Amino acid sequence: MKTYSKHIKKKLVIKSRTENLSSIRNFISENAFNAGLNNQDTDDIILAVDEACTNIIRHAYKSVPDGEIMIEIDYSTKKFTVRLIDYGNSFDPQSVPKPDLQKYFRQKKVGGLGLYLMKTLMDDVQYISVPGKYNQVMLSKNLKNTAH
Amino acid sequence: MAEFNTWINERSGVSVVHLKGFLDAHTASTLENTFSDIIGKNNFKIVANFKDLTYISSAGLGVFMAFIEKVRENGGDIKLASMSDKVFNIFDLLGFPLLYEIFKTEDEAVKKFEEIK
Repeated sequence: MKTYSKHIKKKLVIKSRTENLSSIRNFISENAFNAGLNNQDTDDIILAVDEACTNIIRHAYKSVPDGEIMIEIDYSTKKFTVRLIDYGNSFDPQSVPKPDLQKYFRQKKVGGLGLYLMKTLMDDVQYISVPGKYNQVMLSKNLKNTAH
Repeated sequence: MAEFNTWINERSGVSVVHLKGFLDAHTASTLENTFSDIIGKNNFKIVANFKDLTYISSAGLGVFMAFIEKVRENGGDIKLASMSDKVFNIFDLLGFPLLYEIFKTEDEAVKKFEEIK
């Protein structure tokens, strides 16, 4: 019987280009598999990280392709956490209201959906922004039904 | 790089767009171009067939938001069909079933257009 919770950490540093989203998803997928996550948890985390990285590329780096995104995974048997760091423009998640799809439809506005998905799919989403230095988003999922 | 492509077939005056692969912020422009081409030919009856779509993020859902108003203003619609449970769940989380008709099969979606001819 395990009496400790071993943490495993993995890291990927990648440029802020949408073409890299598939590599980011693969990185999450491989580590979720190694952590023994079930398919639902894996799919939720992949989408949440994709949304967070898309926001970083579009908003923090304003689609400039040479920004850096650091992705760090830290998992134990109890929790799978993904920490994303960028050095672009800071962001206040409080300024983004919960999306009203009817209103979006009328105004042809499609932003804000990603943040809502991240909060819905993950158990915890935390932002830290140090203007002019870095932004960090931590996405955490509590694990219940791991395969091993 | 993520693989995504579309192909179109015409059925009873309805443009059926087949989506295949991974629809994300990188590949969403491919679908935008497909919808622009269809609408550019004044075809406003559109069915999106999701049978071969493996993955969608909000950037992909945004494409449907971007075109639906123009399509409906012209008497048409974009109906959605043959989604996997995984893809449907994302649409459902964002409340899309309130705004879009989603069908189990492409046939049902195409027939719905025929009913309102």
